[in-house]
Amino acid sequence: MANDIKGWDRNQMAARAAEELEDGWYVNLGIGIPTLVANYVGDKDITLQSENGMLGMGPFPFEGEEDPDLINAGKQTITELSRTSYFDSATSFGMIRGGKIAAAILGAMEVAENGDLANWMIPGKLVKGMGGAMDLVAGVRRVIVVMDHTNKAGESKLLKTCTLPLTGTGVVDRIITNLGVLDVAEGGLQLIETADGITEADIRAATEATIV
Amino acid sequence: MKKVYGTAEQALDGLLRDGMLIAAGGFGLSGIPEFLIAAIRDAGTKDLTVASNNAGVDDFGLGVLLQTRQVKKMISSYVGENAEFMRQYLSGELELEFTPQGTLAERMRAGGSGIPGFYTKTGVGTQIAEGKEHKDFDGETYILERGIVADLAIVKAWKADDTGNLIFRKTARNFNPPAAMCGKICVAEVEEIVPRGSLDPDGIHLPGIYVHRLIQGDHEKRIEQRTTRKREEA
Repeated sequence: MANDIKGWDRNQMAARAAEELEDGWYVNLGIGIPTLVANYVGDKDITLQSENGMLGMGPFPFEGEEDPDLINAGKQTITELSRTSYFDSATSFGMIRGGKIAAAILGAMEVAENGDLANWMIPGKLVKGMGGAMDLVAGVRRVIVVMDHTNKAGESKLLKTCTLPLTGTGVVDRIITNLGVLDVAEGGLQLIETADGITEADIRAATEATIV
Repeated sequence: MKKVYGTAEQALDGLLRDGMLIAAGGFGLSGIPEFLIAAIRDAGTKDLTVASNNAGVDDFGLGVLLQTRQVKKMISSYVGENAEFMRQYLSGELELEFTPQGTLAERMRAGGSGIPGFYTKTGVGTQIAEGKEHKDFDGETYILERGIVADLAIVKAWKADDTGNLIFRKTARNFNPPAAMCGKICVAEVEEIVPRGSLDPDGIHLPGIYVHRLIQGDHEKRIEQRTTRKREEA
């Protein structure tokens, strides 16, 4: 794939992901680009869950107002809102595992055409752990992955089969990359939308997975 | 029965032994039992297995017990902020049982509730499921996870009354209630101990039945990732 093909930037990907969210949903956002999705929900009534024990996560605090007792799942200082509630970790994952959370938007290292997701471990390299990712993808009603279409070497992150240890099998519903939007469908990935200035041919050239 | 002790060292007196399993509350550096961790370091108890979502940072939280090589094994979901942990793990000095975060919380809650195991979808088809019993319910596959019963639970709360009823503050609650529940003995450290009758019975987060010993302290409460936003220009 030619290096001059860019498509959406991080903020455009986040804005596109925000379009996936529906009024009234309780949503969990992962670390990285997914966190930016909160900036683009507009007038929709969205309640953000932080899996360390909070519904109704607010923005970062003003300088001087940071509270060590109020952090998100990325350990960043945050604030509460008028709708906020707090609970313990077992209750938090009860609502995740129990299907109460409408959607999770997560980053990924690899996604396979059958919806397998790998985003927690590269063997032999730094091993940090899965945190709540395995619980989230197994429990929430809809899993949306937001990630670059290719890695730094220009290789597709959308694969026929994942090569890295899995976070979940057949769990991904939709993938939003810098090049476009794809759904996990019968027999492979289905192209839903292309990013500005990107053609279907660009996406096919940059994708190892089967596009149906 | 008197639950209030003067110091962390006194509160742990007679409870520590080499090779024991300790469940610790906290998420990152938020809501961690910092005085009890320091007292375990000072006691020199060795070959510990510690069930805790995270392992602290190099010089704070459970990281201090890694520095002193008192921990043999961690049961955790995420250990990314600790360089010494990574070094000991990669060199084979430290065992690690990765457990998904929700599974870890439920293992503690279940263990403290008389439930020796439970089935969950979390981790099915991943290396977490290897060697575990698989069972289908209503057409979906689940794996068996075991409840954790710890020899000792160490937790941190905001307020307690002298009977051990606990109230937590904001997201510092996190793993503290399930960790407390799964301990055969639970020692809690709080910012303030108030007389019985001062807390609203409807507002108790963890009933004192789970808490056996208590201390009060002035917590450092370190922030791991300080993130802020700019005020709008007036």
